[in-house]
Amino acid sequence: MILGYAGKCLEVNLSTRRDKEVTFDDEVLKDFVGGRGLATKILWDRLGNKWESIEPLGPENVLLLLTGPLTGYFPGGRICVSGKSPQSNGVVGSTVGGELGVELRCTGYDGIIITGESQKPVYLFVKDSDVEIRDASHIWGKDAKQTVRILNKECRELLKKRYQRYGEFKEPAKVYIGPAGENMVRTAVVAAKWTHAAGYGGYGAVMGSKKLKAVVVKGTGPLPEAADMKKVKRFIKAVDRNAYDNKLWRRWGTGAGGYTVGAKSSSEPVRNWQDEWHDETSYGVSEFENRVWVKGCWADFGCPTNCLKIAMVKSGPFKGAITDNPDYELQAYLGPNLGLFTPEENVYMASLIDDLGLCGIQTGNVLGFAAELFQRRILTKEDLDGIELKWGDAKAFGELAKKIAYKQGIGDILAEGTYRAALKIGKMKKKDLLQYAVTSKGIAIGAHGIRSQKDYPHSISYACGVQGGDHTSTTALPIDGPGSEVWEIFNDSGVFCNFNSFGLPRNLRFDLYEAVTGLEMTRDDWSKNKAMRILQMQRVLLLLGGPDLKWTPETHDDNPSRFYEPLPSGPYKGKAADKNNVREDVRKYYTEAGWDEKGIPKPETLTKFGLQKMNKTLDKLR
Amino acid sequence: MASKKQPIWIAREPTKCSGCRKCEIACSLHHENRIWPEASRVRVFMLVPGADFPHLCAQCENYPCVEACPFKALSTSKKTGAVLVNVEKCTACGKCIDACPGRIPHMHPAEKHVVICDLCNGNPQCVKVCEEGGWNALTEVPRQGSAYKIHARTPDEMSRDLAIKLYGEQAEEFI
Repeated sequence: MILGYAGKCLEVNLSTRRDKEVTFDDEVLKDFVGGRGLATKILWDRLGNKWESIEPLGPENVLLLLTGPLTGYFPGGRICVSGKSPQSNGVVGSTVGGELGVELRCTGYDGIIITGESQKPVYLFVKDSDVEIRDASHIWGKDAKQTVRILNKECRELLKKRYQRYGEFKEPAKVYIGPAGENMVRTAVVAAKWTHAAGYGGYGAVMGSKKLKAVVVKGTGPLPEAADMKKVKRFIKAVDRNAYDNKLWRRWGTGAGGYTVGAKSSSEPVRNWQDEWHDETSYGVSEFENRVWVKGCWADFGCPTNCLKIAMVKSGPFKGAITDNPDYELQAYLGPNLGLFTPEENVYMASLIDDLGLCGIQTGNVLGFAAELFQRRILTKEDLDGIELKWGDAKAFGELAKKIAYKQGIGDILAEGTYRAALKIGKMKKKDLLQYAVTSKGIAIGAHGIRSQKDYPHSISYACGVQGGDHTSTTALPIDGPGSEVWEIFNDSGVFCNFNSFGLPRNLRFDLYEAVTGLEMTRDDWSKNKAMRILQMQRVLLLLGGPDLKWTPETHDDNPSRFYEPLPSGPYKGKAADKNNVREDVRKYYTEAGWDEKGIPKPETLTKFGLQKMNKTLDKLR
Repeated sequence: MASKKQPIWIAREPTKCSGCRKCEIACSLHHENRIWPEASRVRVFMLVPGADFPHLCAQCENYPCVEACPFKALSTSKKTGAVLVNVEKCTACGKCIDACPGRIPHMHPAEKHVVICDLCNGNPQCVKVCEEGGWNALTEVPRQGSAYKIHARTPDEMSRDLAIKLYGEQAEEFI
């Protein structure tokens, strides 16, 4: 057995209500590490031969909650959620911060594999090796804050009753869904701690399809033993010191970008990306601090950065709204993207999105999309069930968000996410509406544009990434260079927070991996072999897609058409992505990735990574 | 700063706690050489998100836990004033937990004895790591005979107070 792992996963079948332990060969763990890598492997092994027919929101899909060997060791605890994505129909490794990953490793499991579907609402309660499927009918329909309250109370009481002499139990860690997940909204999240979310991928809807309201875990053991604890401690210190020096995020959180990304780099979504520049000082992070912050530092397990802050609206029409900073992504998508420029309106929207269990990015994107259709008189007030969806009207956007979460009226269509909604409404209105959909592979693009070329994503970052619009897993040329997706695949597979890895020597994460597992791992071995294998597999599954949508590389390995429209204002006015350059870069990327001119992995590429079996499956696409 | 010669106390300021749990990591590394949150003598509770706080022994002036132990497994350190657990004598009966006004001691998750903060023999690791990060939710101060018992409060009591401080009357909805 490899050190640093608990050595087994828990598998629960919600149809039969049975559970069992699953182990993986050392070779599998060496190649796929954990989290996103291992998820890809598990999904291919179990669903690969019938991938296209697997309905992501059906009982055949497999929901994965996986840690990695670095979870709990690398400062900043996370857990990776995966499965067949109801957004991209591929695999997304979607990580969420919090204590669940650590808590799970302390039970003696590296992850949880959930199959089947329950007939009635349930939640899973894991206490060390005790596994229970419990009734959740009393929490079904509850929002995030009430779900957390009830589960904390109920599970602590259970523990108290069962272990009477233990003393006080800390709250168990958990992930849960809100009403949006229950209603299988494709922009629903798997959430934690009120405000944290695994958003990309839409796995909240997958939990909802399985009638699984929450996964609650209390582990009382230690983290799995590490190979060299002395080195582990030294590397943790190095990560901490690096983070302590990063004053910007410690002090202000990523929300510092709400103003600067708009004003300085001009790469922030404004009114559904019709612009990417704004200079609204009302949106400066100090305004957030002065007007809504009630706590200036909030962190997940072991995190030195505490990029989270807590915000609350104390008076006015949005009184009582509570969320975190908000972070940059939600500041942008539930702010300027909707024409909102005050902290109070932004906190109101973010709080509502948290409560409903929606993704701030995906939902902010589809709300902006709908508002642009209203602006262009494609959607009318009648189409919107009486809502006048004007830019800057927080209450109107809030009403529409609720309709999406409960799939009421127009919300039923928008609940499909921007791309699918564009197809559906386009059909109704007999218009091509994809030109207003800022997405890639069914996934709304994160709040970092490419037109000004002043932000980190490159011209093909979203066009070629295997996780579509995911701004945390963007790619670039060269394929093993600093902007490549391969590094994020490591963070998502070792399962730790990428924010604590910024500014560190690139080797450190591999050194820590070695200190924990006792296995050697070089940067080259990762970027040229292991990460590439995972990347190829994610690519294959993404291209297989189905059942409702498939991606054709020629059409879909591209930016949303909006990115080819010139920026209308600001310091980079007139700048846009260049179609010819993008085409050329996409072709270069294909070559570097070992894909043919159609963007399909070549047989020899798959053979090189030991993936011969995928060849046959891909033949029909060639 | 406390002089190393005189007994120390760990002052706690829950509103400054980020919930990073580095104190749990430091404590369990020191006592168990493992990262082991449930074996940590200081534990961060988060019954209401955002209202995270460290929960650890307050070294009450009259040491009700020591008094309550039927097996004389608990004693106080002359040097530091910390409660020391004799793991040979402790039967994990839990009487000390019931006697503690804050229900602070808890069982070692793998061994048959209770765990209580021992102040790391005067050099508390939790404080070190909290100060290093600049949070100062836990700081070292000299022990000077004040009313320490008032700091021995249950997680539920502390949670309620902290949540109300943060979220005002609305906190009632979350408790």
